[in-house]
Amino acid sequence: MSGTAPLRRAGLVGPALVTVLVLVGVPLCIMVWVSLLGRGTTIGVDWQSVPSLANYARLIWEEDFDGTLLFNPTYLSILWRSVWQAAATTAICVLVGLPVALWMASLPRGLRNVVILLVTIPFWTNLLVRNYAWLIILREDGAVSWAVNALWPFGPVQLLYNDTAILIGLVYSFLPFMILPLYAVFEKFDWRLLEAAYDLGANRWRALRRVIIPLAMPGIIAGSMLVFIPSLGSFVTAALLGGGKSMMMGNLIQMQFGQSRNWPFGAAISVVLLALMMLVLMGIALWKKRAEQST
Amino acid sequence: MNLRRLPLTREIGLGVLVYLYVPVVVLIVYSFNANRTATVWTEFSLDWYRKILANPSIREATWNSLVLAAAAGIGSTLLALAAALGTKTRFRGRGLVEAVLNAPLILPEVVVAVATLMLFVAIGVELGMAAMIPAHIAFCIPFAFLPIKARLDGMNPSLEEAAQDLYANRLITFRRVTLPLLWPGILAGFTLAFVTSLDDFLTSFFLSGPGSTTLPVYIFSAIRAGITPEINAISTIMLIVSVALVVTSFLFGRMRR
Repeated sequence: MSGTAPLRRAGLVGPALVTVLVLVGVPLCIMVWVSLLGRGTTIGVDWQSVPSLANYARLIWEEDFDGTLLFNPTYLSILWRSVWQAAATTAICVLVGLPVALWMASLPRGLRNVVILLVTIPFWTNLLVRNYAWLIILREDGAVSWAVNALWPFGPVQLLYNDTAILIGLVYSFLPFMILPLYAVFEKFDWRLLEAAYDLGANRWRALRRVIIPLAMPGIIAGSMLVFIPSLGSFVTAALLGGGKSMMMGNLIQMQFGQSRNWPFGAAISVVLLALMMLVLMGIALWKKRAEQST
Repeated sequence: MNLRRLPLTREIGLGVLVYLYVPVVVLIVYSFNANRTATVWTEFSLDWYRKILANPSIREATWNSLVLAAAAGIGSTLLALAAALGTKTRFRGRGLVEAVLNAPLILPEVVVAVATLMLFVAIGVELGMAAMIPAHIAFCIPFAFLPIKARLDGMNPSLEEAAQDLYANRLITFRRVTLPLLWPGILAGFTLAFVTSLDDFLTSFFLSGPGSTTLPVYIFSAIRAGITPEINAISTIMLIVSVALVVTSFLFGRMRR
């Protein structure tokens, strides 16, 4: 029996494993290869071209007519926007998610389950539709736009198609990913620790800083990962709320596979996005290790 | 003084619930507005729903989305069920196997979508349903895998042992004991995989061909062409369908046998 067990196990696990490897793993390998090739004429890639790092260089320099390399900040600024939008989204989600999770943990059980369901539902509804809802709210002839312009004395304000609109959309899209892991921590929280802090003369601010936040660290770390990674690779939010001016990496990648028809360049940006993501994951792993050591 | 209740947390909590739901409610309300300029409320009307029901390209996109979600849901649930059964006991490399199966959850969808596009073009798969179904099956696997796995982990192993002690062979044990106990997990996994596929926009956006547009892809191009009350109406229907399915899945997950 023990002799056949590994074989049976392989038969059970194999199909799913092969599906993911063939449809996710192999494509990613092809993508790394394509990122080294030149662009094609009929389809987006010339399979016969000599591999080079030209597509990665294009992210930083552009070639002049006589072949000299000039610094080109266009793509770097899009990379930079993606990183800081994702970082700002994560920071706002921590600041807002922490009090919400604390509040949820303090609710009586019945009400608490209702609130958990209310926070979970957006997670499962269509991301495109949820971002579209903000498009309706922020548009020029919308009520919010009208109210803001009535109150703002210094000329007309455009709420849509800028970085702030993207930030609002990203926070809206991913806030539940921060609230839920934080709540999972506070659910098991030993509230006597907080009482002890007060008994020892700590005020609320000090209790928050010295007791609640350190204990919430595992939730903050897990939530930051769940918010930062999808924000960095997001497409829909900037496509709808950023207009053509404010692009993120996902939109730049889509452009290379759409209008620009430059697959190798799109593949190179994708590789950079994956590399950034790995760096962040490694950074978070380090942060987690340090947080575990300090408690 | 309730020590658990910190100042302002309730206000922020309620504020966040409002923030999460107001945009969606605004969208739904406007879908019932008789006026075409989506900003002024005139009167209640079902005109936009009538219009989208009569629109042949929306009907076709809805059909495509449902076929795709059913295929992706069934395919990924079968694969995930087998994988969950295969990873029930500990073995060397189990952590790695589970990490690979769950990889679609963490990888940026736009990257995986364009990478899959390149694979299909390289090997000559025509874009459309034939490309979308396998790609959807792949990224739906973790959504089906996790609930089935959770159910399996929570199962009492002595029930299977008892069946084997009573001379049930492996197949009979599976059919009469394991499967009935696992059924709620399978249904929950299928529903989540179905919703994930139904709501997916990016993968379908890159892999759909002419005539195989799905509903989210249709909505995206419609938004690009200009905001209309019809989009509000289709979006409302999509929201209601997803919420209904997810609530169903939660109920399946809580089911006891």
